[in-house]
Amino acid sequence: MTEKLVIIGNGMAPGRMLEHLLEAAPDRYRITIFNAEPRVNYDRIMLSPVLSGEKAYEEIVIHGDGWYIKHGIMLYKGHKIVAIDREARTVTSDKGVTEPYDKLVIATGSVPFIIPVPGKELPGVLSYRDLDDVGAMLLAAQSRDRAVVIGGGLLGLEAAAGLKERGMDVTVLHVMPTLMERQLDPAAGYLLQKQLEARGITVRTKANTRQIVGDGKVQGVELDTGEIIPATLVVMAVGIRPNVGLAKEAGLEVNRGIITDDRMQTSDPDIFALGECVEVDGRVYGLVAPLYEMAKVMAAKLAGAGDRRFVHSDTPTKLKVTGIDLYSIGDFADGEDREEIILRDAAAGIYKRVILQDNRIIGTVLFGETADGAWFNDLKKKEVDISEMRDTLIFGQAFQGGASADPLAAVAALADDAEICGCNGVCKGKIVSTITEKGLTSLDDVRAHTKASASCGSCTGLVEKVMALTLGDSYNPASVQPMCTCTELGHDEVRRLIKAKGLKTIPAVMQELEWKTSCGCAKCRPALNYYLVAGWPGDYADDYQSRFINERVHANIQKDGTYSVVPRMWGGVTSAAELRAIADVVDKFAIPTVKVTGGQRIDMLGIRKEDLPAVWADLGQAGFVSGHAYAKGLRTVKTCVGTDWCRFGTQDSTGLGIRIEKFMWGSWTPAKVKMAVSGCPRNCAEATCKDVGVICVDSGYEIHFAGAAGLDIKGTEVLGLVRTEDEALEAIVALVQMYREQARYLERIYKWAKRVGLDEIRRQIMADPDRRKAYFERFVFSQKFAQVDPWSERVSGKDKHEFQPMAETDFRVAAE
Amino acid sequence: MDWLDIGTLDDIPLRGARCVKTPNGRIGIFRTHDDRVFAIEDHCPHKGGPLSQGIVHGAAVTCPLHNWVFSLETGKALGADEGSVKTIPVRIEDGRIAIALGALLQAAE
Repeated sequence: MTEKLVIIGNGMAPGRMLEHLLEAAPDRYRITIFNAEPRVNYDRIMLSPVLSGEKAYEEIVIHGDGWYIKHGIMLYKGHKIVAIDREARTVTSDKGVTEPYDKLVIATGSVPFIIPVPGKELPGVLSYRDLDDVGAMLLAAQSRDRAVVIGGGLLGLEAAAGLKERGMDVTVLHVMPTLMERQLDPAAGYLLQKQLEARGITVRTKANTRQIVGDGKVQGVELDTGEIIPATLVVMAVGIRPNVGLAKEAGLEVNRGIITDDRMQTSDPDIFALGECVEVDGRVYGLVAPLYEMAKVMAAKLAGAGDRRFVHSDTPTKLKVTGIDLYSIGDFADGEDREEIILRDAAAGIYKRVILQDNRIIGTVLFGETADGAWFNDLKKKEVDISEMRDTLIFGQAFQGGASADPLAAVAALADDAEICGCNGVCKGKIVSTITEKGLTSLDDVRAHTKASASCGSCTGLVEKVMALTLGDSYNPASVQPMCTCTELGHDEVRRLIKAKGLKTIPAVMQELEWKTSCGCAKCRPALNYYLVAGWPGDYADDYQSRFINERVHANIQKDGTYSVVPRMWGGVTSAAELRAIADVVDKFAIPTVKVTGGQRIDMLGIRKEDLPAVWADLGQAGFVSGHAYAKGLRTVKTCVGTDWCRFGTQDSTGLGIRIEKFMWGSWTPAKVKMAVSGCPRNCAEATCKDVGVICVDSGYEIHFAGAAGLDIKGTEVLGLVRTEDEALEAIVALVQMYREQARYLERIYKWAKRVGLDEIRRQIMADPDRRKAYFERFVFSQKFAQVDPWSERVSGKDKHEFQPMAETDFRVAAE
Repeated sequence: MDWLDIGTLDDIPLRGARCVKTPNGRIGIFRTHDDRVFAIEDHCPHKGGPLSQGIVHGAAVTCPLHNWVFSLETGKALGADEGSVKTIPVRIEDGRIAIALGALLQAAE
């Protein structure tokens, strides 16, 4: 008969335990889970990327609803267990469900510690623990007001960095003299503080909170010096406490956490516990690696498979803030019997310190460059005597024993039991054997089968190197997808080499980069032409034979070989004279269809190719220029009527749209660029699904980017808020120039942004004025050569051959 | 064989194409990077795309509508696609290009 297994809590630890259990004994239990949170199991350590905007909730779900259905697991969402009856062997939820158990697992996790100061209950005071907290923070961040984060540990700093990314003015209060003092020594703590300050985050150490002030909601934090720091959001991240209330009431043995033996069994032989609520051998844990180890131990116990026991091991600390690399493990306190080796590179912001006792590593702190963390950890774990390599130890693995500085060789030199993935406790040997046994070839497969790099992802590079070593030549990481079959090189590599080698023609690129075909193909030639146009404005002569037909004849080819023509209507504004001219052209050339486009323009469809120059001539007479509706370039800037007419408009959205369009028309981009300007957050111009959009607000202009409404539908991300039209134009132009310089051909802004990171774009465009200006200047320079109306050029005879047949023959004459 | 004079090599852009109009349809005339000239039906067997508007690479052209690739030498679709277009003999004499009238008749039939 199947036994009943009931689990209280649905976090990462029980989720992982179930994976192991279902693998070892799929049919042994009928499983019921009670989750106090109203959702499935998600990756809690990825909350920070959700807060900062680098990931969406859907991307961090570990087990979707389908997983529970597939395994026949009953999941009660939003049910908090309020009582365990050990006599009757039942649990009861706050919604009145009572469930009997044969075996019970308590995985209630931890609760955030709230410092007992006056004002801690005020609305606007949050903790940072689950998705609801992140949701509340994101809501608060919309104000773009001031936030105070109390606590300069791992969670507090990730929260601060995320809120800063979301546009808030952030101050971190930390009670100790340096940040993350439990994981970092003072020197590394200082470097970390400097890096956070460079991002615009204010850090106050030795700051004691006296109370949180506010009338009905938070208005500020008062320090014990009497100083008040204004804030509309206060995040408390001063630590967590094991959540033991339920276990205590049930009469289980509880100290700091729920006490278990090394097989995760509590003082009741039918009740087990795992996760942050557990105390085993006097220790409680907060990082994921030991919790996953507990999951393995418990699964083995429940499955009756072997005698696995939980053994303590140190877990490295990493901070999940993009662009800040730190790594710490073990004991780094000073001591009489201890020695240390330190490397500092002030210019590069690098600090490395290894702490030795009896010639063995007992602790490591790395900042700025953390690639050797795994190696130091391995030496520490194995207690290797390092006296032989003492002189070069601090330089890392690449400098040892005559090994080359090849990072691949460094990974090759790692022992089979060297840990690659700290979160999931996966060693090199496990990855190698899984790849070989299951014939895996992609990173996703390796993640699915071994879990290596599937949690925080910081070891992805190492995992890829292990794959490269194991698979040899057959390993072809997706990141270097060749441009096309004419070359082995990827888009990024080609772009880089074009600049680095000063290649200024398509034949030069093909010669120098050893193209495998005589003159490329229809995939690489348009891409190369764009890279050269964008890379060498003024120097490069556009190769029309490498452009798609639409860009060659400046109209859109239709299914029957005719063309459509869309004249530019700046900001979507037109006049009686313009409409009359269009009507006349339609009549004169018997144009079959006239249609209004989604981008507020008028499209004339079904024009014969031979008629194009004459159509353009007439349109040109009325003052029209090409609308570039065919171009991988700036298409339209859609606008609403803004303050001119609208009773809700906050700024002159029409005027700004026209200004942007007049400034940017004619520029070539990797893929089409569509823009819009809305005069108020009602957003009538639909700016939040465009490549670049502006939402006007009372205080200025909110710039959006990376939206899509085509094959993919995606709302925009916020780039930042600026006060004036001039600032808005500068930021938009700089953003588009960054995109022009970095994106792969045919890659829309939202895909490029996802690849390079929203943070990085915001940092370069909004937080770095010098860089923004440089991008802006480069765009302005390239516009000198781009802003030529292609229609009037062709009306005056350019590329005449394009529009006329080479010869005509009357069939009967020819047949004679 | 009867030949129809259609113009000079310079009338066609390098790695480009022009077309010749006939009462029963168009003929695409292609000039490759190494100055060879080919003539094929200007009509993709897939959805009728005008091949003379496509990108010319090597001795092949990519259709502008859905990216089918045809060999200019054989008229056959390359890669995974199946289909072909008629090829028309071309003669270059003293820098002037002529296409074969007989084949033209057949192609147009």
